[in-house]
Amino acid sequence: MAELNSLDPRVLRLDLKKIEDGDVATNTHLITYEVFHQEKRGKQAVHAGVVHASTPDMALVMAKETFGRRGKTAAIWVVKTSEIYTLASEDEDMFETTPEKLHREPGFYKVRDRIEAYQKRTAVPQQ
Amino acid sequence: MYGNAYISPEDAKRMNESTDDAENLEIFEARITRGEKIEPGDWMPAEYRKQLIRMIEQHAHSEIVGALPEGTWITRAPNFRRKLALIAKVQDEIGHGQLLYSAAETLGKTREQMLADLISGKSKYSNVFNYPALTWADVAVIGFLVDGAAIVNQVINQKGSYGPYCRALERICYEESFHLKQGHDNFVYLATGSPKQRAMLQEAVNRWYRPLLHFFGPSDRDSQHSEKLMKWKIKLASNDDMRNQFLDQYIPKIWELGLTLPDPELKRNDNGIWEFGDPDWAEFKRVISGDGPCNAERLEVRRYAEEAGRWVRTALMNKDERYVVPLA
Repeated sequence: MAELNSLDPRVLRLDLKKIEDGDVATNTHLITYEVFHQEKRGKQAVHAGVVHASTPDMALVMAKETFGRRGKTAAIWVVKTSEIYTLASEDEDMFETTPEKLHREPGFYKVRDRIEAYQKRTAVPQQ
Repeated sequence: MYGNAYISPEDAKRMNESTDDAENLEIFEARITRGEKIEPGDWMPAEYRKQLIRMIEQHAHSEIVGALPEGTWITRAPNFRRKLALIAKVQDEIGHGQLLYSAAETLGKTREQMLADLISGKSKYSNVFNYPALTWADVAVIGFLVDGAAIVNQVINQKGSYGPYCRALERICYEESFHLKQGHDNFVYLATGSPKQRAMLQEAVNRWYRPLLHFFGPSDRDSQHSEKLMKWKIKLASNDDMRNQFLDQYIPKIWELGLTLPDPELKRNDNGIWEFGDPDWAEFKRVISGDGPCNAERLEVRRYAEEAGRWVRTALMNKDERYVVPLA
């Protein structure tokens, strides 16, 4: 590597020649942690993203720097990606009919018509 | 319940699934047409995976390398307030790089491999960062105009089809709006300052004009394989459309300060299309293929960081841990 004539004093201070050869190790890779962020007390913790780290402590530091730089933070959780279990995405269709299950919704139950018909029929004084 | 419904980086078969699977392809494309997002566990054409990795990886590299020209000025910011803002911005850029590496990683390429490909020159980063920040005014131009251009691009890409990339971009765009505002503040401060400050800014604007025209890539006439990328919502606007949107938003903001641009042919037509002189695409090609003013330094600094920090990463590595692809 020829001498670099950098504008950056920090670059000029680097001993660039010291490390001349060698490939970047590609077989070493820190594991990932999934990060959950709670904005305020009382709110749900929500999945925010991923950090690379070797230990939970380091993951928390990385998560704080990556997802706690703006706005409010009440809590941060991290969990190893490999410890999370998911439904397979091709099984998503098992939820397809859930919105059709109207008997589970409050709006399904309507009694006003029946009450009024009863009142008419039996002369219960209307309010 | 299924554990490890992840794409293993070793799972070559899954990575190279043939696009011949007509039924899967139909479901996949219908999903995109309906405006639904694709998530990491979904079937996707090998070409979709490949192009997304290429794009998100380049974006990630651009954030990391993009921190270098501005980082140059942290030690020499003109006052404490500007130094605070610049440190915050540069930290954001590195954070954006991490978000994007993770998003690309959900597609099955490890972060280490991406960094290795950056250093070997196999994968690219935004060409604009191969130019130096010669003066403090260059920092103002980068913060205002380069970030402005990046925001045009990122806001558009946010409507793309790949869930993890869209989520990363949402956070990135939110933070970039601060970059833009502090850049504009710095830009206006110099433009309305002393004659010396104005002259310094004008010179920086002149220097960055062409790289900014290059920013969105070659003209649509010379740009390949866009059609499929558009259909799959990997690319959402053509290079020329994005460039025009940028010029439309930012040229008036330069002119309103009485500054000029080094291009007598630059003007807005009645149909809203900007015309500009030849931006010298030969120079663009020359710089992107390695022969720019700062290419060697950018890569050398990255390589140094990677190699000088290796012993730390090796010491931290726990051999008993099992690496799996991140979830989302």
